Amino acid sequence: MRVGAVTFPGTLDDSDTARAITAAGGEAVALWHGDADLRGVDAVILPGGFSYGDYLRAGAIARFAPVMGEVIDAARKGMPVLGICNGFQVLCEAGLLPGALLRNAELHFVCRDQWLKVENNATAWTTRYDAGAEIIIPIKNMDGRFAASQSTVDELEGEGRVVFRYVGGNPNGSLNHIAGISDPTGRVVGLMPHPEHAIDALTGPSDDGLGIFLSVLDSVVNA
Amino acid sequence: MARVVVDVMPKPEILDPQGQAVARALPRLGFDGVSDVRQGKHFELEVDDSVDDETLAKIAEGFLSNPVVEDFVVRRVDS
Repeated sequence: MRVGAVTFPGTLDDSDTARAITAAGGEAVALWHGDADLRGVDAVILPGGFSYGDYLRAGAIARFAPVMGEVIDAARKGMPVLGICNGFQVLCEAGLLPGALLRNAELHFVCRDQWLKVENNATAWTTRYDAGAEIIIPIKNMDGRFAASQSTVDELEGEGRVVFRYVGGNPNGSLNHIAGISDPTGRVVGLMPHPEHAIDALTGPSDDGLGIFLSVLDSVVNA
Repeated sequence: MARVVVDVMPKPEILDPQGQAVARALPRLGFDGVSDVRQGKHFELEVDDSVDDETLAKIAEGFLSNPVVEDFVVRRVDS
């Protein structure tokens, strides 16, 4: 199974994302922002970082990169797409996910290990978790406050599209403690914390993040 | 050539912690009487006369602002 990891100018976590894909048993494929080519991958991950220096708004410029046209087309045809941190911001700017990620409510850069509850284990990226499982993975962001209209939040809650929720404290003031959401199909998911940094207890707080990468490999095999 | 100004502001219902931080700082600096501050972005564009209002609106709505959380105002000014 080939899973792509996109590199934009300013992306930081593409190599850890590729390492996580490999650790889960997938073939990691490097994708370049300037190439309108997904190289035959079965799923795509937009890793974290500060694409284009977060100029204008986080993710606002990356959203128009040549590779994103292909990502948007593929997502609409059902390809699993995951946005982590800056990647989540890019997916919101691209309109693949609703809402926006704004400056943390406390105005501080947050960098710590964070407990999350897996609220939906039926998405393409979460089937390896038990429903309601609590996991601990790192979070590190400046613009992580999920914001949306009340009607959008109600829709996400009503349709079970809140995939991850912060527990043990809300690190950034996100509405309803939302850490991650999905599109209506459950194949496009975005989350602020970093599962790719928690695939091995040697280098992270846990190996709880590995389930994300194992899940998508399952979903591609079963598709 | 004309100068076009685009002002982008967080929607009223969106929490603006940066504006709040500025508002809280003012009394500490000895400036009383400011009850609220909201912080946005101000863009100045130099545009050819061929660029019409519809195009400017597309630029403002599709790129300079995020309509999910921000409002914008476009105006032409004398340069």
